[in-house]
Amino acid sequence: MTARLIAALPTLPIIIPLLTAILLIAGPSRRAQRTLGLAGSLATLAASIALVLLTRGGQVMPIQAGGWAAPYGITLVADMLGALMVLIAALIGLVGLVFTVAAGRDDRFVHAGWQFLLTGINWAFLTGDLFNLYVAYEVMLISSYFLLTHGTTQRQAREAFGYVAINLVASMFFLFGVALIYSATGTLNMAHLAERVPLAPAGTVRAASMMLLVAFGTKAAIFPFYFWLPHAYAIPPGGVAAFFGGMLTKVGVYSLFRVFTIVFPSGGPDPLLLWSAAGTMLFGVLGALAQDTVRRILSFHIISQVGYMIMGLALASQLGIAGGIFYVLHHIVVKSGLLLVGGAIQETQRTDRLDRLGGLARNNGVLALIFMVCALSLAGVPPFSGFFAKLLLIRAGLEVRQYGVVAVSIIVSVLTLMSMLKIYTTAFWGPGEPRRAPARLVAPAAALALITIAVGLRAQVLYSLTSTAAAHLTQPARYVGTVLKK
Amino acid sequence: MSTLVAVLVGVLVASGLYLLMGKSLLRQIIGLALLSHAAHITILLSAGLRGGVPVIGSSPGPMTDPLPQALILTAIVISFGVTAFLLALGYRMHLFGGEERHGEEKRDDR
Repeated sequence: MTARLIAALPTLPIIIPLLTAILLIAGPSRRAQRTLGLAGSLATLAASIALVLLTRGGQVMPIQAGGWAAPYGITLVADMLGALMVLIAALIGLVGLVFTVAAGRDDRFVHAGWQFLLTGINWAFLTGDLFNLYVAYEVMLISSYFLLTHGTTQRQAREAFGYVAINLVASMFFLFGVALIYSATGTLNMAHLAERVPLAPAGTVRAASMMLLVAFGTKAAIFPFYFWLPHAYAIPPGGVAAFFGGMLTKVGVYSLFRVFTIVFPSGGPDPLLLWSAAGTMLFGVLGALAQDTVRRILSFHIISQVGYMIMGLALASQLGIAGGIFYVLHHIVVKSGLLLVGGAIQETQRTDRLDRLGGLARNNGVLALIFMVCALSLAGVPPFSGFFAKLLLIRAGLEVRQYGVVAVSIIVSVLTLMSMLKIYTTAFWGPGEPRRAPARLVAPAAALALITIAVGLRAQVLYSLTSTAAAHLTQPARYVGTVLKK
Repeated sequence: MSTLVAVLVGVLVASGLYLLMGKSLLRQIIGLALLSHAAHITILLSAGLRGGVPVIGSSPGPMTDPLPQALILTAIVISFGVTAFLLALGYRMHLFGGEERHGEEKRDDR
């Protein structure tokens, strides 16, 4: 019984939120919706913790849906990387939901949309098949369209239309990529692709990989496909923005990590990705410096931080990829924390424009402290988690002698700190008698700030997990062998 | 036959992009739908067009790979749903003061 339960565990992070969402669609009372939504998120979190514990030693847990063997059926795979991403998604999903409930923004079908979004995200992390990745993306995107346009004003509808359109175009590139790779290799299972891609015609494979790079790159908001993000992410209420800003782009980043290591291994630093990483870092932070509302600054920072993750991927060494994964996990926690601080400011002051804010530090001391911890962690100041994430990437960059991208990453860290100071000096210092944010709005962000401190103090634990995950990506033999039952 | 279908994909992409560049909301939505259909036909094309039935039966003869058909069936359903959503969103924007022209942004105060 327990053995069967353990074998079925990789499906639970998908099934629990799906069932919860279906129950929520039936439309119970508001109180029941809240209970059910929070219980579903908690159960998903418990399942994902179990998954991390089970894959900790480098195990790969495949599930063949319907009992069809690997290259023919639909495969779900939980390895270290997938399990870690599912864990962080469940965590941010729960924290964001708590904030949304605390702010009273969970009207009508928000809870159901939230659980569907979690379903799509977890599915994308656990699937072992390229076309299922597309379907998971669409489940996730349709839920995100709903949450983004829910209760919209005219301006929001206009920005949301752009978001939907850009994602549709990216999905089209995804489908073109899938079609090309299928015509070249005759399979879509990622483990099977890892075996067949080296035998396929190089030109078709290159074209397919570029199509997928555009598709995932648009969703991850890498240079030069990042322009849509700040518009879309400044619209929704704080809790939703934290979930979006933390998780949605990272699903794109995750797909890049998965596909461009196992399916299209580069074998050395990839110049195209390196340039893209440098551009993403630099243009993101420059955009942030030019903004004048808290949440738009934070949205631009999402872009520049994605650059660091792509840098880890582009370096293509095990240390670089481990650093990149570490950066993804650290960034999701810190960025969601910052966006929740931004959301708390928006909810209590009714604005997040810097020129209308001031003096928050005087009567919102805890909020100021949380902001400072998260901002310093984002900029990479020790002893927070951001320092170790950047340290790993810089060491990896120096090891493979990519000094240019290392220099850019250091400069961008300083610029990040500058734009954070801009928020701090105007919104938290300065004149003004702002309202006090209630504790229920501050607590979710405080939880995330505590996590970044804890990770900073015990960085070795997370590093050993991420380097296990990176080992699966750089030497995919174990992944491929387990999935295909060799 | 494959060449002809490839040309069709090109025509669909070109018309889709042309419509997407315009300012009318409805045209943009139709353009996006055309783009996704171009992708669907490409998936069908990826199996090769041999004209056989896509079933593994006992009868000999040319058979078409059934997987791409399953794939585009899924993809069509998804793009149908998203198109419906876009039309609803467009209708909503239309209700908000009859502004159909998407490209002309008024710089409103945030």
